Amino acid sequence: MLQFLQMGGYAVFVWPSYALTAAVVGLNIYWARRSLRDAQAQTRRRLASVRADR
Amino acid sequence: MAWVWFHRFGSPPHFYRLATTLTPWFAWAAALLCTVGVIGGLVFAPPDYQQGDGFRIIYVHAPSAWLSLMVYVVMAASAAVGLVWRMNVAHAIAASCASIGASFTAVALVTGMLWGRRMWGTYWEWDPRLTSELLLLFLYLGYIGLRNAIDDTGRADRASAVLAIVGVVNVPIIHYSVIWWNSLHQAPSVMKFGKPTMVPSMLVPLLVMLAGFTALFVALLLVRARGEVLRRERNARWPVEALALALHEA
Repeated sequence: MLQFLQMGGYAVFVWPSYALTAAVVGLNIYWARRSLRDAQAQTRRRLASVRADR
Repeated sequence: MAWVWFHRFGSPPHFYRLATTLTPWFAWAAALLCTVGVIGGLVFAPPDYQQGDGFRIIYVHAPSAWLSLMVYVVMAASAAVGLVWRMNVAHAIAASCASIGASFTAVALVTGMLWGRRMWGTYWEWDPRLTSELLLLFLYLGYIGLRNAIDDTGRADRASAVLAIVGVVNVPIIHYSVIWWNSLHQAPSVMKFGKPTMVPSMLVPLLVMLAGFTALFVALLLVRARGEVLRRERNARWPVEALALALHEA
C-alpha cells in the first residue's frame, strides 16, 4: 500500500494531478447543478407572480 | 422531412424534456467509466519503461486536454448553428460550454506542468503545444468575458458566436503543433493512424478515461443548457409543466 502511495518516487507529481482533476470535476458538477437550480427557482418565482397578477 | 428532428431539437420545451431524460444516462456512464479508468490506470497499467509511475498523470492529463479541444469545437459549432438558423437552443448550448471548457483547459495545463517539471525539468516552456493550449484558455476566458460584458442576450449570442468561430482555427494548430514544429511535447499516442504506441494494458484505461470524460461533459452540458434555456424563456408558459415534472423527480 505504501509502495502504491509512493508512486515509484513520483508521488508529488502524480497525486496533485489527480487531486486537482477530481476537484475540478466536483466543482463542475456543483456549479452545473447550482446554475440549473437557480434558473428553476427564478422561473418558479416568475410563474408565481404571473398567476398572482390575474 | 429529414429536418423535422432539427426543428424539434430547436424547440426549447422539447430540448428541456430530452435533456432531462438523457442526463442520468450520461452521468452514470461517466461515473462508471471514470472509476474503471482510474483504477485501471493507477493499479493495473504497468509502469512506463522510461517514465516509471510518473506517466500515470496521462490518465487525467490527456482526457482533460481532449475535453479542452472537443468542448471548444462543440461550442463553436453550436454557436455557428445558432448564428445561421437563429436557434436559441443552440446559443444556449454554446454559452453552456465555455466554463466547462475553460476549467478542463486549466486542468490540462496544470497537470501538464507537473508532468513537465518531472520529465523535462521545467514547469513551463514557450513551446508550440503549450503556447497554443494557453491561447485556448484565453479564448474561453475572452468568450466568457465578452458574454458578461453585453447585457442584451441576443447581442451577446451573436458577438460571442463570432469570437468562438474565429477562434476555432486554434484547434488544429494545437493538435498538429507537435508534428508541425519541433516540440518538447511528445507526439500523439492515441489519435493517430496505424498502430497505437502503447501496450493494451496502458491504452485501454486511457480510452476508458477519454470516454468517461466525454460522457461527463455531455451530462454537465445538458444540466447547464437546461438552466440556460429556462433563463432565456422569460415569457413562455411551457416551464409550468416542465418544472412540475422536475419537482416530481426531486
